[in-house]
Amino acid sequence: MQSIAAKRSALSWVVNFSVIAIVLVWLFPTTGLFVSSFRTADQITSSGWWSSLTTQEKQNAPIRIGGEETEADGLFVIEGRLFEAEDVLVRAWGTSSRRPNEFAPGDTTELTKDRTLTVQEDGSYRFTAAVSQEGERLPRVFTSASTPPEFTTDNYETMLFDEGSSDSMGKAFMNTFIVTIPATVIPILFAAFAAYALAWMQFPGRAILIAAVVALLVVPLQLALIPLLKFHNQIGIGKGYLGIWFAHTGFGLPLAIYLLRNYMVSLPKDIIENARVDGATDFQIFTRIILPLSFPALASFAIFQFLWVWNDLLVARVFLIDSSGQTTVMTNHIVELLGTRGGNWEILATAAFVSIVVPLCVFFFMQKYLVRGLLAGSVK
Amino acid sequence: MAELKLRDVEKTYPGNVNVLRDINLDIEQGELVVFVGPSGCGKSTLLRMIAGLESISGGTMEIDGMLVNDIPPSLRGIAMVFQSYALYPHMTVRENMSFALKIAKKSKSEIDAAVENAARILQLEPLLDRLPKALSGGQRQRVAIGRSIVRDPKVYLFDEPLSNLDAALRVATRLEIAQLKEQMPNSTMIYVTHDQVEAMTLASRIVVLANKSIAQVGTPLELYETPENEFVAQFIGSPAMNLLSGTVTETGERTVVKLNGGGTAVSSVATTEADKGLSVNVGVRPEDLVKVEDNPLFTGDVTITEALGEVTILYFNDSSEKLISKLPGIHKSLRGQTVHLGAAPEKVHLFADGKSLLYRN
Repeated sequence: MQSIAAKRSALSWVVNFSVIAIVLVWLFPTTGLFVSSFRTADQITSSGWWSSLTTQEKQNAPIRIGGEETEADGLFVIEGRLFEAEDVLVRAWGTSSRRPNEFAPGDTTELTKDRTLTVQEDGSYRFTAAVSQEGERLPRVFTSASTPPEFTTDNYETMLFDEGSSDSMGKAFMNTFIVTIPATVIPILFAAFAAYALAWMQFPGRAILIAAVVALLVVPLQLALIPLLKFHNQIGIGKGYLGIWFAHTGFGLPLAIYLLRNYMVSLPKDIIENARVDGATDFQIFTRIILPLSFPALASFAIFQFLWVWNDLLVARVFLIDSSGQTTVMTNHIVELLGTRGGNWEILATAAFVSIVVPLCVFFFMQKYLVRGLLAGSVK
Repeated sequence: MAELKLRDVEKTYPGNVNVLRDINLDIEQGELVVFVGPSGCGKSTLLRMIAGLESISGGTMEIDGMLVNDIPPSLRGIAMVFQSYALYPHMTVRENMSFALKIAKKSKSEIDAAVENAARILQLEPLLDRLPKALSGGQRQRVAIGRSIVRDPKVYLFDEPLSNLDAALRVATRLEIAQLKEQMPNSTMIYVTHDQVEAMTLASRIVVLANKSIAQVGTPLELYETPENEFVAQFIGSPAMNLLSGTVTETGERTVVKLNGGGTAVSSVATTEADKGLSVNVGVRPEDLVKVEDNPLFTGDVTITEALGEVTILYFNDSSEKLISKLPGIHKSLRGQTVHLGAAPEKVHLFADGKSLLYRN
C-alpha cells in the first residue's frame, strides 16, 4: 500500500510540475505579446515588457529646443516644454552629450554667446539670449527622466481600424473570419452525418469506406494542392472563398469523420436500439439522440479545425490569395509585415496578439462542451 | 387468438452460424412468459427477434394476427425494456417517457396524460423533471419500464431487467413487476432471465431454451414436477436434480429400476413389458430424498454438509455416483456417516436417452 501511495504522490508531483512548466512556457510569451502590443515603439526599444508596469528612469534622446521667440527686458526668451506627456519628471539634464546629467532640475546654465537655459523638473524650459536667435541653431537638451507606466491603444487603432494605413489588418482580419467560420462549420456538418452512417447504419461497403477514410488521414496535404487547384480552375471556381472553403473542408473531413465515428460508435448500442423501438427514424436518432450526446467530440473537432484553418498559410496562399491584395488573410498579412516592418515590434506584437486572441476566445467558449460524464445515468 | 405466434423460427448469423432453430411458440394475451436458459442459449436473441432488432432467418412470426417478419420494430406494437435501461441521458424522465409519443406525433394532451398515468403506476411523479444521472438504479429501471408503458404496446419485452440491480433491490423490483402485471392484467409480457427464481415467481409460463431450441414450455410447476427431459429436470430447481443410471427390472403401473450404484428405485411412471432391461437414468430431486431403513435407493457416506438453517444439504462425493440431498432441519452430525436414502415413487423420474418416459407415446 505504502509503495503505491508513494508512487502516486511522486507521479502527481511530476504531473503538477509539468502542468506548471507548460503553463509558464505558454503564458510567458503570450503575456509579452499582450503587454508589448499596448506600448509605443520608443518604450519597446528602450525597455523590456516586464518593466512596463513600473516607473522608469531612462536617458532620453536629445531634444532640440524650439518655439516662438519673445522679447522682454532686452532679452530674447523662448519658453516651452520638453515633453508632451504631463507626468514625466526630469531627474537631471545637460547640454553636452559628454555630460548629459550635468545639472539638476531648476538649475540655470550659462551657454556661450550670453545665452542661458533653465530646465524645470516638469520638463518646462526657459531659454534666454542677448541677441535674436532667428536662424541660429538652438542647443539640444539631454535629459534623464522618469516616466510613469504608460499604455496606448494606438497600435490597435493603426492595425485594425486605420483604413488608410498599409499596415492595417482590419481587412485581413475579416477575411480570415470569412474563411475560417464556413471552413469549420461545413466539415462538421458533413462529417457528423457521415460518422453516424459509418457508425450505426448497415449498408454494403461500410467497412471499405471506413478504411478509405483512415487511408485518407495519412495523405499529405501538399500532395493534393496542385491537382486540386487545377481542378478548381477547370470547373471555374478558381481562386476565391468558395475554393478555400472546399479545400479546407476536404482536408478536414477525414479526421473529422474518423474522430466523430469513433466517438459515436462508443455510444451505448442499447440507447440507439431503444430509440429505434420507440419509432425514431435514422434521421431522428441522429438529430435528437446522437448529436446532443456527441457534443464533446464535435467541440473538440471544432476547436481543432478552427485553429488549423485560422493559422493556415499554405492553403490560403494556394487557393485564395491573388495579386489584387483584397483577399489576404492574417497569417499572410503578418508574413508581409515581417518583411516590410521587421523592426517595428509594436506593430508585429499587435498583429501577433490579434491573431491569437480569437483562437483563445474560441477555445474558452468551446471548452465548456468538453465535459465528461455526458452519458451518466444512461446505462449501467 | 394468440398474441404472438412463432412458427419454425430460426436464426442464422452470417457464416452459417445457427443459433436458434425450430422455435414454435404461441403466447396468449395476458400471459407473462419467461424465457430461461443457460448463457448463450439464444434467449436474448429470440427476444430481439421478436422486437425486430434482429432479422428472422426462417419461419414466420405473427403479432396479433399480423405477419411481422419484415415489419420495423416501431410498427410491431412492442415495447422493450433493456438490460442496461438505455435511458436517454440528456433528457429528463418526462422527456424520456414521452420521446416515443413525440416521434409518433401524438398531441400534447395525449402525451401528458400517458406520461402522468405511467408515472402514477410506477410512483415516478416526483422524479419527472430529473435527469437519469440523478436517479438510483431502481428508479432508472422504473423509468425504463415507464417508457414502455407509455406506448401502450401489445407486447412488453423485458431483457434481463433486474440483472443490473443489487440483490435487495432485485427482490423489491421483482415484486414491483409482479404487481405491475396485476395492474395490467390484459398486457402480454415476455421476460428474459437466467435467474430461475425470477422465472418461477413471475411466469405464467416458462420457456426453457437449450441447445438452440425450446427444451420445454409449461407453467413453473409443470416444469418442476414433470420435466420433459434431463436438461429441464436439471436446470429447474436448486440444487439440481440427481441422475442415477440403472436398468429397468420390473415394468407395469410401477417401474422398478436396479441402480448401478447398488440401490433400487421404484417409480410411479408406467412402463410396458418391452421396457424390461432398458437403460435409464433415474432422476430424484435432492429435496425429495428422505432417510429410510429398508430398500434404500442410495447408500453412501456424507462428505460435506451445508447447514442452511431450515435445510441441510448433504453431499455424497465419494460414492460411485455423486448425489446431493436436502433434508429439512439441521443435521451437521451426519458428516462422515453412512446414510440410506429413499424417495416416494411419485417423486422418481425416469429418463431414457435424455427424454422423460412420462412423455413417451
